[in-house]
Order: sequence, then structure tokens, then C-alpha cells
Amino acid sequence: MVDRAEAPAPLIRQPGIGALLLSWLRSPGVLNATPVLIFFLIGFVGPLVIVLAFSFTPERTFDLGAGFTTENYEHIFTESYYISFIWSFALAGLTVLCNLMIGYPIAYGLSKLFGRWAAPVMLVLVIPLFVSENVRLFGWYLFLIKGGGILAGGLKTAFGIDTGTLLYEPGTILMGMIYVYLPFTLFPIVLGLSMVPRDQVEASRDLGASRFQIFREVELPIAMPGILIGALLTFVLAVGAISEAKLLGGQNTPVIAQDIQHEFTYAQNWPLGSAISVLAIVVTGFLVVLVMRRLDLDRLLGRR
Amino acid sequence: MVDAAPILRMVSLTKQFGRLVAVNDVTLDIQEGEFFTIVGPSGSGKTTLLRMLGGLEKPTAGDIYLRDERVNQVPANRRPTCMVFQSLALFNHKTVGQNIEFSLKMRGESRRARRERGLSLMNVVQLPEDYYDKSVTKCSGGERQRVALARALASDPDILFFDEPLSAIDYRLRKLLEVELKDLHRTTGKTFVYITHSLEEAMVMSDRIGIMQEGRLIQIGSPNEIYLRPRNKFVSEFMGEVNTLAVQAGADGGIDCPAFERRFTSPARPDGFANGYLVIRPESMRFLNDPSEAENHIEGSLFNEYALGSRVQYHVSAGGSMFVVEKLREQAYRGSLNDDVLIGWDAKDSVLVTD
Repeated sequence: MVDRAEAPAPLIRQPGIGALLLSWLRSPGVLNATPVLIFFLIGFVGPLVIVLAFSFTPERTFDLGAGFTTENYEHIFTESYYISFIWSFALAGLTVLCNLMIGYPIAYGLSKLFGRWAAPVMLVLVIPLFVSENVRLFGWYLFLIKGGGILAGGLKTAFGIDTGTLLYEPGTILMGMIYVYLPFTLFPIVLGLSMVPRDQVEASRDLGASRFQIFREVELPIAMPGILIGALLTFVLAVGAISEAKLLGGQNTPVIAQDIQHEFTYAQNWPLGSAISVLAIVVTGFLVVLVMRRLDLDRLLGRR
Repeated sequence: MVDAAPILRMVSLTKQFGRLVAVNDVTLDIQEGEFFTIVGPSGSGKTTLLRMLGGLEKPTAGDIYLRDERVNQVPANRRPTCMVFQSLALFNHKTVGQNIEFSLKMRGESRRARRERGLSLMNVVQLPEDYYDKSVTKCSGGERQRVALARALASDPDILFFDEPLSAIDYRLRKLLEVELKDLHRTTGKTFVYITHSLEEAMVMSDRIGIMQEGRLIQIGSPNEIYLRPRNKFVSEFMGEVNTLAVQAGADGGIDCPAFERRFTSPARPDGFANGYLVIRPESMRFLNDPSEAENHIEGSLFNEYALGSRVQYHVSAGGSMFVVEKLREQAYRGSLNDDVLIGWDAKDSVLVTD
């Protein structure tokens, strides 16, 4: 072992923090990224900063300099706006849960079982994405609408059964959300499951694992990054969902996005709308960070 | 040993993938405690054969018996056998300890019992104890081999299958692990069935060797038998570089070589032999000063020489083909390239094979 105390002092002086920062700013990578960086700052970060600033201005002002207050945030909790938070997060959570349970078996089939049928099945699942979400939801609306709807009307003409309607129920909103967001859960899971090596599954079988044990010990842990990404994507999209509640829920069930839209347009109360937006972003962001910390994106994208 | 009931018996075992016959009518008995190696080039069906024995592939025809019990339909997780995969198939999301203890966890053994057995197995395969909590992705190639081996041993299987686990390892480490594996076979007393494409590797470790060619088991025997009495040209050439001379049966029971237009003294001709090859190993060839020094001789010229460490190899061009002669370093031929040389061999050092 070399005695460290006798090691000679380094001849080259270590550069200071300022010099390091300067050299970093001058590096080709940073210079090349500058135009995009500026574009993002103006187009992406800018509006968010404005929303954040508005959320601290007094009620019904359109002037950022009108003073500082936290009353908008207090209003969310004192005036029942928090209910839409509960609905949105509950619906989003349930959507994720249902989509995971529906999506995993389909994803398993797509990546392991269907073989040459995987592509056609995938196509069938992707094609609806080419049609606008609102149009598809309106299709459901027509199907379920009371009296003359395809379901109720059909049952009446064919069997003479008089039914009510499934519309305007939270369960129908959930169904709409599951339907709309399934692909966003499904495809990351397919990606995740495709990372499960066949030989590891065989090895675990050879070592005495049952079908369920293979799922729990090998497939699930290896596919977990994909599953988490799918869940995250679905959750974030579902928290901001508005059309499902509007079309299928008939505005009986309040959701966050609807509140925000209402405050910015009909109620003309930008500060409150901003406060709801900011709170939604913070809560969602917190959950995202929580999940992302468990995630190794590099591994998922095959860079390692 | 031959009298005992075989632990593993294959009867007319066949596997077809569509029109491809991967394993063709293999019948073989493997004895308890034996180290049996199946050798064949890639695509000879040896991996498919092993996967059928392990329960990862179902036979198209024929039967597999494990201790007289037919196991054709028994899935891999219910067979008392374990496989070490070519890729090792370690669970990269688990630690060394978790990998080794996998089969014990599947059986529902307690954490403490698992850890105890895991650590003792790490000792058996010479892994340091502090590797227990290390991620397998941080282990070196040789360490990963040992983890895979310990993991396979953990379930205390009756038979261990090895699917070329050493093929991706560098030469020195491979030699070391070959010896360790043979020692492990001796200390555990388990039955090892090993497959490899290297007959040299098989020679070092095995009690018996089976040679596979295009799905068929063409020769079974001890390493010595395979080495000294290859059944055909394929087996003889599999051993490494050999000299083969195309020969045909002469009218009076001798062996004629058309290329050199001469009769060679050879071992006794098998019945019905018409065309075939005379095989002479490089180390049985020697340089002669006079044709009378050996039973057979060929005139040629020294084309090149290669130092192999303990031995020297010479290529001698004669009769339009190249002959290989190998000598110990101490007995090296002293001469220069393009010398006219005389090489020869005795009949007892040559083997007569068919195609």
C-alpha cells in the first residue's frame, strides 16, 4: 500500500466552480441545445410561471401586480372544490387499476403468445386512436342514451324491455376512461414484458417454480419498469380527463379539469382557476416523482 | 456399474420441429453417478436432446425414463433434474444469494434455512461469503458460472444438465472450471449430463462421451475409445487435426491409396470395407531418415512450422495435400522450410474408418 500522506501535491491547480460552469456552458452539447432550450423556456416554462403567479393574486383580478394572497388555495378547501380533486384522483386511480388488470393479460399475449397474430391484434388496438377521443366517446353516448339510444332502443324493439340509462353514473365515466386510456397502459407493459428473457422463465420453471411463482418472481419484477410507466402515463392523463365526465357523466360528477375550465371561462376567476391548476400539478407531480424514483429509464430504453 | 439400473434412459427419442428432425431416434442409458458428455457441432440437436431430458421440450416420439418412471409428460418444475443454461439465465434483478436460493424459496423453505444452505453452497463453488448480497450483474464471468452452478445444486437434483455453460468463457478460466466441475462431480456424486461442441472439453471431464451428428448419436464410448477407435471420418476429425488419406480395398485384402499409387500397411480391414479413410494422428506421424524406419512412408516437402508451446506442429505438403506432424518441443525437427522430407507411421497408429 502507498502511504497517502507522502503523495506529492497535485501540480495542476483544480479549476474553480465558476470556471467549470463557464466551460460547461461553452461545451458543444450545451451550445447546440440552446435554441431548443430558449423555445422551451418561453413556450413551456413561461406559461406555467404565469399560472403560478396568478394563483397568488386576489380573486377575480386579471392583473399580476394586484397583490399577494393565498386565499385562492384556501377557497379550494373551504368551498367544495376539493370534491372534484377527490373524484379526479379516485377515477384516475381506478382507471389505472382496471387498465393494469385488463392490460397485463393482453400485453402478455402480445409479447409471448400471439406470435404472428400479434401485429393484427396490435393494429386493432391502435386504430381507434386515429379517431378523436371526443368522437369515440360520443359514440358511447349514442349507444347508451336514454330511450332512443342504441342499447335501450334496441332492447325495446327487439325484446320489448324498457330500460333506463347507464349514462350520468360515475361507473359509466370510469368505463369511458378505461376505454380511452387502455392503449396508454397496454403498450408500455408490452415493452416491459418483452424485456423478460425466455431463458430466465425456463430456468425458474426448471428450478421448480409454478406458473404463479414465475409471474411473481421473474416476470413481474423484470416487467415492472414498463408497468410503472404505463400506470404513470395513464394516471397523469386520467387526472386531467374532462370529456368522459362531460359526455358520459353529464356534469353530475365534477372533475378537476372541468373546474379549471369553468373558472377560466364562465366564472372569469383566473386566480382560482390557476390555484386549482397549480395544486393539481403539484399533487400529480409528487406522485410522478415518487414512481420515477423507482424507475430505471435507461434500462427500459435498452441503453444498458 | 453397467449392471446397475440406469438413472436416465432414452428410448428411440425423437424431436421434430416442422419438417426438421432435430433429434433422430436416440437410444441411450446413463448410469447413476456418471459424467456423460454429448458432443456435437452446432445444429446437431444436442441442445434439443438436453431440453427434452430437462422437461423444457416435449418429445415427438420415443420415451424418457427417470429411474424406470416414464417422464415424457412431466413438466420441468416437477422433474428432479436441474439445468445450467448456456446463457446461465441468472436472475439479474436478484442478488447472488437470492439466485442460489431460488429453488428453496419456491419450495417454501424458511429464510434462515435458505440462507444457511445458500452460504454452504457458495462455499462449495468457492464464492466468497460477502458476495451473498451482491447483485449478479456486478459479478465477473467466472463468478456468474459459480452462481449458476450453486443455484442448480441448491435443489439437490438427481441429475444436473449442462448446456455448454463454459463456451463463452476465455480459455484459461475454462480450463480451470473444467477441472473444478470434474472435482465437483466427484465430491457430490451426482449424475452430470454435459453437452459441448468441444471434444477436448469432453475428454477432460467425462466418464463416457456420446458423439452427435445431425440428430443421431453415432458413437458412444469412453474418452479413450472415442480417441483411439473413432467410428467414422466425422468422429475422427472432430477430435482436432488429423491426417486422412482416402483409401480403397485392394483385391487381396490390403489397403490401396490412389493418391500416392501405393499400398499402405494398415490395421485389419473390417468386413465389407470398400472405400474409406486411413486416419493418422499428427503425433503418430514422424520424420524419417530412411523409409525403413516406419511401416509406411510418404515423400513431401516441409511447408511451415508452428510453435504450440510444449509441442511443435509441421505442415508437410505431399501428393497435393497437407499433412500435419506434431512433435514434442524437445524432439523438434531440425531443418529449414522447403526441405524434402520423409514422413511415416506404423500401422498400429492408424485407424481405418468409413464415411
